[in-house]
Amino acid sequence: MANMQMTKTPMPEQAPDVRNHNFLEVCTGYTAEMAVNEAKRCLNCKKPMCVQGCPVNVRIPEFIQKVAEEDFMGAYEIITSTNALPALSGRVCPQETQCEAKCVRGVKGEPVAIGRLERFVADWYRENVNTMPEKPESNGIQVAVVGSGPAGLTCASDLAKKGYEVSIFEALHTAGGVLVYGIPEFRLPKAIVGNEVKKLEAMGVKVMTNMVIGRVLSIDELFEMGFKAVFIGSGAGLPMFMNIPGESLKGVYSANEYLTRTNLMKAYLEESDTPIIQSKNVAIVGGGNVAMDAARCAKRLGAENVYVVYRRGEAEMPARLEEQHHAKEEGIIFKTLCNPTRILGDENGRAIGMECIRMELGEPDASGRRRPIAIEGSEFVLDVDTVIMSLGTSPNPLIRSTTPGLETNKKGGLIVNEENMTTREAVFAGGDAVTGAATVILAMGAGKKAAAAIDAHLKK
Amino acid sequence: MFQIVRKKELNANVTLMEIEAPFVAKKALAGQFIIFRVDEKSERVPLTIAGYDREKGTVTIIFQKVGLSTEMLGALNEGDSIRDFVGPLGKPTHTEGIKRVCVIGGGVGCAIAYPSAKAFKDAGAEVDVIVGFRNKDIVILEDEFRAASDHLYLMTDDGSYGEHGFVTVKLQELLESGVQYDEVLAIGPIPMMKFVSKTTEPFGVKTMVSLNPIMVDGTGMCGGCRVTVGGEVKFACVDGPEFDGHQVDYAELMNRNGVYREREQETAKTHICRIEKMGKELIR
Repeated sequence: MANMQMTKTPMPEQAPDVRNHNFLEVCTGYTAEMAVNEAKRCLNCKKPMCVQGCPVNVRIPEFIQKVAEEDFMGAYEIITSTNALPALSGRVCPQETQCEAKCVRGVKGEPVAIGRLERFVADWYRENVNTMPEKPESNGIQVAVVGSGPAGLTCASDLAKKGYEVSIFEALHTAGGVLVYGIPEFRLPKAIVGNEVKKLEAMGVKVMTNMVIGRVLSIDELFEMGFKAVFIGSGAGLPMFMNIPGESLKGVYSANEYLTRTNLMKAYLEESDTPIIQSKNVAIVGGGNVAMDAARCAKRLGAENVYVVYRRGEAEMPARLEEQHHAKEEGIIFKTLCNPTRILGDENGRAIGMECIRMELGEPDASGRRRPIAIEGSEFVLDVDTVIMSLGTSPNPLIRSTTPGLETNKKGGLIVNEENMTTREAVFAGGDAVTGAATVILAMGAGKKAAAAIDAHLKK
Repeated sequence: MFQIVRKKELNANVTLMEIEAPFVAKKALAGQFIIFRVDEKSERVPLTIAGYDREKGTVTIIFQKVGLSTEMLGALNEGDSIRDFVGPLGKPTHTEGIKRVCVIGGGVGCAIAYPSAKAFKDAGAEVDVIVGFRNKDIVILEDEFRAASDHLYLMTDDGSYGEHGFVTVKLQELLESGVQYDEVLAIGPIPMMKFVSKTTEPFGVKTMVSLNPIMVDGTGMCGGCRVTVGGEVKFACVDGPEFDGHQVDYAELMNRNGVYREREQETAKTHICRIEKMGKELIR
């Protein structure tokens, strides 16, 4: 008999006024008891809609049944038959718009907490088993993966399982891409990412850091070196700015820089040599998940007042509800329907304030959201010493500009066909390098699809 | 890990190191840079490439010990290794179609000016070199420059060696005497590059300068190295590091480069402790 509890079994988390002073994980995860209780809420539908909502088609009801039976190992095996990185997706997927959005239990009450269960199973495995996979029998065919973010790691994992000799080329000094430079420790502990990379290495995947493809090696040179196919998962790219006066003052960062200093370079640790400004009052401009991450990092780095400044209303904010909720709990102040007009500086070239103008919502624009319109004469100055621009990114030109025949769309994203192959034979791509800034799970889905396509292509 | 295969002190403050990095050595060109990281806790620090040996698979860097990371690097010896060394990054010096060029180096900037002078020479250009130093004691790469140039003008601020005066004095003199340059390339402290550009402007000579803003990843991702050139925001790591010297907003660059200066002074003490500790560990 299913557990007919209407709401999700709550997941324990650090109290807001405690966690906003540390970088430890916010949510501490289900105990086995909680997981079993939640798993029993699943009705094990004959036609599981949740699976269709998942970009990597995790066999959701099957793994949840195993959890309900307390067969956590069985659950892990089912999840990892389609999802290489469950500890990651269980934490950072927007389940509310994917699997959980389709859950029949969500019609009356809350859907089954699929994400929390996935995370529980992955964590249980890492803490209790964590045997490193064995290297599958090699088929001797070399494939290069450019970038070690969610797309690259997934693609590499799927190809390695099929026996390919995979080499990952990572530009930074640590593998993981956005999982290590972007997403903060308190949402995704870096040890978990490191463990996933270790598993890949156990499967024979070579991870080469400090390799900027497009500079140190071109795509054509990878083929000359003997790689038979290349997957490009090089990520989103260059941060955008507003082009308003004052953006070059000291104290103005892109979210990418602020997060990279904090997460990859660990500026929050005393022992790290990488500096970051000690701010008192911080404004983050933008309303996406990256803005939430930057705001929550700023708070943890000791800022007293942290504002999220967004030109539309709260209902239009692209950040996940859960992220908005966590940010607010931690004391982040939302300044919606506000748009910066300039950043003010002192005689030392340091930011000392941000002038904003109030906005109102007009008719829907091309994106379907109501267009924000400035209210004339409503300017005011926000007292801040640090401004973090979180406005999205434009694709990095490094690879496309050094690879003849690689075509891009007008936004600079690589053009791919249904099999994720680019306009160059045997060169595949996926993730933000194709779509522009999107989610971890969509990148994983693309990496997975590309791995299957690469396998099919090389078997032709 | 990347091994230091040669170390040479060029003067009291400036060190040359040849680092084993075969992938970088294979592709490096004059004007490009690398990013190094000494150990797991270190910053990522950009340094323009001072030379490379494709056959040996080594890259030469020349640096001044000015902060924690360069002090730590300078404390290492031949046979030691550093954690990270990534490159070549940025666009190389553009030498194509240039028949006569004046390459100007200031202080430790000469380390970077040298490979560019050589690249121009190798490309068949007539190369004048003006190098400037505070005094005789810190003169570096004199023989190298002599070999890579048709005319070498060595200047010191105090007149203790070569000719007395700033590099701009000599440049002004050459331009006034009617020497026609297709391009002037200046590499050194920001004020020097600014004044070289001011000197060439009335003569309408194309002037390139190599910028060194604060950087994190060096691949275009962070935007920390943004500079304003001709009113447009450019990223030095992917669009540069060389830019049109007449268009660069030098005041903004100076300001941005000072963003962590206070913190650097504050933490100078703990830094010294770390360097000492590292030294002890090395001895052990």
